[in-house]
Amino acid sequence: MISLRVAIIQTEGCHCEIRKPANMLRHIQIHTIASRKAAVDLIQNGLVRGISQSLQCRRPEVELTSVRYPGVRRGNYAQLSDRHVQHFRSILPKERVITETEDVAGYNVDWLRMVRGVSQIVLKPKITEEVSAILEYCNAENLAVCPQGGNTGLVGGSVPVFDEVIISTSLMNSIVSLDELSGILVCQAGCILENLESYLSERGFMMPLDLGAKGTCQIGGNVSTNAGGIRLIRYGSLQGSVLGIEAVKADGEVIDCLSSLKKDNTGYHLKHLFIGSEGTLGIVTKVSIQCPPSPKAVNVAFLGLDSFDDILRTFTEARSGLGEILSSCEMMDLLSLDAATSNLKLQRPIGEFPFYMLIETSGSNGTHDEEKLTKFLETLMANGVVRDGTVASEPSRIKLMWNLREGITGGLLHDGYVYKYDISLPHNSFYAIIPELRTLLPADKVGRICGYGHVGDGNLHLNITTPKFDPDVLKIIEPFVFEWTSKLKGSVSAEHGIGFKKTQYIHFSKSQSSLNLMVNIKKLMDPKGILNPYKVLPAQH
Amino acid sequence: MARVLVGVKRVIDYAVKIRVKPDKTAVVTDGVKHSMNPFDEIAIEEAVRLKEKKIAQEIVAVSCGPAQSQETLRTALAMGVDRGIHVEISGPEYDTLQPIHVSKILAKLAQEEKTDLIIVGKQAIDDDSNQTAQMTAALLGWPQGTFASKIEKQNDELQVTREIDGGLETIKIKLPAVISADLRLNEPRYATLPNIMKAKKKPIKKVSPKDLGVDTAARIEVLSVEDPPTRQAGVILPDVDQLIIKLKEGGHVP
Repeated sequence: MISLRVAIIQTEGCHCEIRKPANMLRHIQIHTIASRKAAVDLIQNGLVRGISQSLQCRRPEVELTSVRYPGVRRGNYAQLSDRHVQHFRSILPKERVITETEDVAGYNVDWLRMVRGVSQIVLKPKITEEVSAILEYCNAENLAVCPQGGNTGLVGGSVPVFDEVIISTSLMNSIVSLDELSGILVCQAGCILENLESYLSERGFMMPLDLGAKGTCQIGGNVSTNAGGIRLIRYGSLQGSVLGIEAVKADGEVIDCLSSLKKDNTGYHLKHLFIGSEGTLGIVTKVSIQCPPSPKAVNVAFLGLDSFDDILRTFTEARSGLGEILSSCEMMDLLSLDAATSNLKLQRPIGEFPFYMLIETSGSNGTHDEEKLTKFLETLMANGVVRDGTVASEPSRIKLMWNLREGITGGLLHDGYVYKYDISLPHNSFYAIIPELRTLLPADKVGRICGYGHVGDGNLHLNITTPKFDPDVLKIIEPFVFEWTSKLKGSVSAEHGIGFKKTQYIHFSKSQSSLNLMVNIKKLMDPKGILNPYKVLPAQH
Repeated sequence: MARVLVGVKRVIDYAVKIRVKPDKTAVVTDGVKHSMNPFDEIAIEEAVRLKEKKIAQEIVAVSCGPAQSQETLRTALAMGVDRGIHVEISGPEYDTLQPIHVSKILAKLAQEEKTDLIIVGKQAIDDDSNQTAQMTAALLGWPQGTFASKIEKQNDELQVTREIDGGLETIKIKLPAVISADLRLNEPRYATLPNIMKAKKKPIKKVSPKDLGVDTAARIEVLSVEDPPTRQAGVILPDVDQLIIKLKEGGHVP
């Protein structure tokens, strides 16, 4: 038997787990070394024959939420025991009850790598009845749960804070029906948005919402967070397009308000309890949603402008000049676009300008739309409001332009740690916070301060990046950003929701009486408080 | 060099899902979004760069196809081409148009327009023929630099770096010559608004194959067009022993 020497390079801050297959224990010697140089030495000495790189080990482990936020206390919930695990294994087949640490690890960290919980179990139901059985049991046993869809949320709402049982909807991914006359789609909560979009586009329809996370986010999560996105300006919010919901309450009772009717005023509209409550009032298991017909003609213009005032002028012109065909109106500043082009190696379509806009039109007549768009652009260019731009109707070109806008969020992650804010402001004061922050934040500590977003909806995504998480930088930013927003009567969370990160800031945008009513509704729907604790509502004193 | 001729083809946009007609005679093109063949965009970009470096004086874009090919020529003009030539071919004549016909057309035009360099994309993304550059060069008796990833002018010659299976091959060819553009030759620019507006005023000359003395009679007959077979799902096996059994059952191992 050949003896194998394995050298593992463990760099600082890195977490590596070494697993040796049991029958090879005698024959593998493992050396942990601190640097590539040491590895090269081993090779040169003939002690090691090759190097294999594992990217998993190179990413630094995310700090535990309970460590980074020591003020948050674990609620009086039960601890997960073997008896509990046995029971779950009696409800679900073994491959849908995940308890291996390495397998659970991914579910404990959010997409932004800002928060990490210590859950020891992930349950993957396939049907509503299984969700009901799981919740009934957890409620009886006082086990806290964390519902999880695509885990693409940006406020730490989709992962446990402590050891909550993770209930993943990923396997609840069937499409129940599509009525091709009315465009009403009924599907399970775990359907991925992009998959729904592909299904619908083959039948002449489209989803009424679109966001950068479409390849991973699930419709249940979108509905639970009342996701906004890049088409809200045209198709409205989910509060309008969701016709019905099937959800499971904390005690396991299934609430079926999944009516697929455009008009149904028979009693309280219970579906609204679940839209936007971020999994704290119930787990959404099915959705019925009104889908618009696919547009026959889509055009996208990518424009370069000199000032934010020019952006406002362009938006005003777009609203009247493009009118009913306007389907998206986005802005980004130079640093935001740079996050996408430099960090993700994408090509910039036009020269360098302080501001950029992406305007999309969708209509039923290509010639009509192109004429409108051309006239709109020619006027703005003649007036110097728009300095340069490019326009396209080919799907491949349109995709490239959208990649620039949708790539900003991912591109920013390459900078290090991202302090992300999502605020709604009156249009005139939309961008002013950024020059203000530039004066407040020390240039040597901060990487990028930039803003981009749905200018058509008055929604700014403010982002500040630092190479590593820096509590001093955080102190300068918060509560300044929230106070600023509150003074202008804006929203401290336009579309991202409250999640874990913003519970103490709701009061900046909601009155005390509103908050009190929210607490009462929560007590009614979930008396034991097991559904997604530590999220949305501020901790009770 | 005075004049560069660039061939561009209007193809179904690569982001569009291709559908086969129910009668299996062709792919659905009605109402489907088309755009310039991506390799031809690279060819145009290279020609425009030659003009910007003052190596070329005039760039002419050519497209063979139905009326909508003019849109493709407008895109070329918006990227910096000086004028366009639309060789109008439509209907069944267009359905059976082959690289051999296109090469004869390009060769004739090159002679008429006193061209020094022809650049085309290495292949079209709809037929993947990869024949036009080579045939055009042969018809004209000109040297060819195909799959070009770099072009440098040295006196009256071109040094062309070609992407081949083994790596990169660098050749020197005399002008006039034919080049076919490969992926890494350049990254094409976006046509910007001022240029799109300027392009509307640039001339596009319409000619027919007959005017050029080229016979576009069909040399092929399309028998059928079908979807590729759908991919079969794989099977997850619990261990190596099961894998060996399955492989033996399938006759893949003795």
